[in-house]
Amino acid sequence: MNIVVCVKYVPDATGDRRFKPDNTVDRAAVDGLLSELDEYAVEQALQIKEKQGDDTEVTVLTVGPERAVEAIRKSLQMGADRGVHVLDDAIAGSDALATSLVLAQALAKVRSAGGWDLVLCGMGSTDGAMGVIPAMLSERLDVPGATFGSSIEVDGDTVRIRRDGDTATVTAEAVLPLVASVTDMTGEARYPSFKGIMAAKKKTVETWSLADIGVEPSQVGLSSSWTAVESTEARPPRTAGEVVSDEGGSGAKALVDFLTSKKFI
Amino acid sequence: MSEVLVLVDHVGGSVRKTTHEMLTIARRIGEPSAVFIGQLSDDAAGALRQYGAAKIYVVDPNALGPYLVAPKAEVLAQLVGSVTPAAVLVSSSAEGKEVAARVAVRTDSGIITDAVDVQPEGGTPGGAPVTTQSVFAGSYTVQATVTRGTPIIAVKPNAATPERAEGAGTVENVPVSISSSAKGARMTGVEPKKASGRPELTEAAIVVAGGRGTGGNFEPVEALADSLGAAVGASRAAVDSGWYPHSFQIGQTGKVVSPQLYVATGISGAIQHRAGMQTSKTIVAVNKDEEAPIFELADFGVVGDLHTVLPAATEEIEKRKG
Repeated sequence: MNIVVCVKYVPDATGDRRFKPDNTVDRAAVDGLLSELDEYAVEQALQIKEKQGDDTEVTVLTVGPERAVEAIRKSLQMGADRGVHVLDDAIAGSDALATSLVLAQALAKVRSAGGWDLVLCGMGSTDGAMGVIPAMLSERLDVPGATFGSSIEVDGDTVRIRRDGDTATVTAEAVLPLVASVTDMTGEARYPSFKGIMAAKKKTVETWSLADIGVEPSQVGLSSSWTAVESTEARPPRTAGEVVSDEGGSGAKALVDFLTSKKFI
Repeated sequence: MSEVLVLVDHVGGSVRKTTHEMLTIARRIGEPSAVFIGQLSDDAAGALRQYGAAKIYVVDPNALGPYLVAPKAEVLAQLVGSVTPAAVLVSSSAEGKEVAARVAVRTDSGIITDAVDVQPEGGTPGGAPVTTQSVFAGSYTVQATVTRGTPIIAVKPNAATPERAEGAGTVENVPVSISSSAKGARMTGVEPKKASGRPELTEAAIVVAGGRGTGGNFEPVEALADSLGAAVGASRAAVDSGWYPHSFQIGQTGKVVSPQLYVATGISGAIQHRAGMQTSKTIVAVNKDEEAPIFELADFGVVGDLHTVLPAATEEIEKRKG
């Protein structure tokens, strides 16, 4: 079977993330990396491949600026087989709906070239964090969506997921082809091995422009998106308040005094 | 005034507070219409009318079948087509966001999720919605608008103080026809979770959370939470260790909470955790390690062992409450 994992290159959350004057994310100010939440999707794809056997191919697809290829590289080092990078200046500033259009068109191209049975995504990105792309892809590609799996299992042409919601645990199944997303509960992602890092150097990464996937520049990008960010404002950083040491019960009393003074008790 | 569709958030037919908040927000933009997917009880209808629902569209859940969210989105998208509302509001939960995403594609409309506030443009009643979001781990506040189609907005709990306003709440049953493509993902089992009896984590005014420092013993955390009427949360370290269920995880990959009071106990305060609680109004920390980064953002901190500080604090609170 063929699996495509959609991944995102995001600014490192431990860096000083900020916006540019046009209210788009400044993707140059902070080093980027493969979104942690997408590592789980890559991991699950590799585990499915290991169970299915060697004729299963894992393709990693990303949309993003030049350096976004690093997210593909990391996935290839983990064990994915090939990469596709949709790179076009006209995409900059696209919102979720526009990004999903680009991804869906790229997936349509992959489909016509050798196809895919399963599109796998993380539960959301660590920057935008909307978590809506998998559902949008399900709609745009007109295939079922099985999202937020805390476990995923492929059995013949059936995919089963388990979803741990707040009020219930749901199990669901769908028949391939489909779009699925997995959460961080699916289990830790592997680190690239030395062998994996060496092997990744020989793997191919194709770069596609909007023209390659049949998207007009006027359909995407900052000015054509369905939403507009009107303003961005840094919140003043929190400042440290009083810190006391607990000595013989003094800490608990001081704590309760503080809560009382703030009228929480 | 145009209708504003509010997809009712309910558990087993009982309307949640988030719905009252969304109906309150809807009144700023237009005339609120509730969309209720389920068996509408008199209590539920009453609750919706109390918060201003002029219409209640009822969708028979049996007609949607045992599928994941696609049929819900299909019905809502059909309603958007027939009603042409000024906006659609859904709750910013995993399911709500997925419904919103699908409706956005189907109706070619812009979508905004995780709104912590929604106001009419220029403060004028009936104006187009302008949303506020808290992004990058709460370090930025962003205002956004939808520029194409019907604004589809996923609203976070506590985005508004619910205000009562009597609405006619005229019930209209929605005819349902579900396409075969929405029936692709079938639910094969639903196991309801036992209610903890505590407030819901993302809605709670007070949250007490435990981390690695609990060593796996959450009793002192739960006892303190109960003395404050609080919800209990856990750090990723505690959840990964199997000490507390994932649905209580606070942080980048779990819930993002913004309560009046957040009490972090035995939590060091890594960026991933801060992403889930940094916008809390007041933060209190208890940690053995005086170097723990959590103290950098705490309004009040106690350097000490949570296993002695928490039980003593709980006892003191009970005493003061009388």
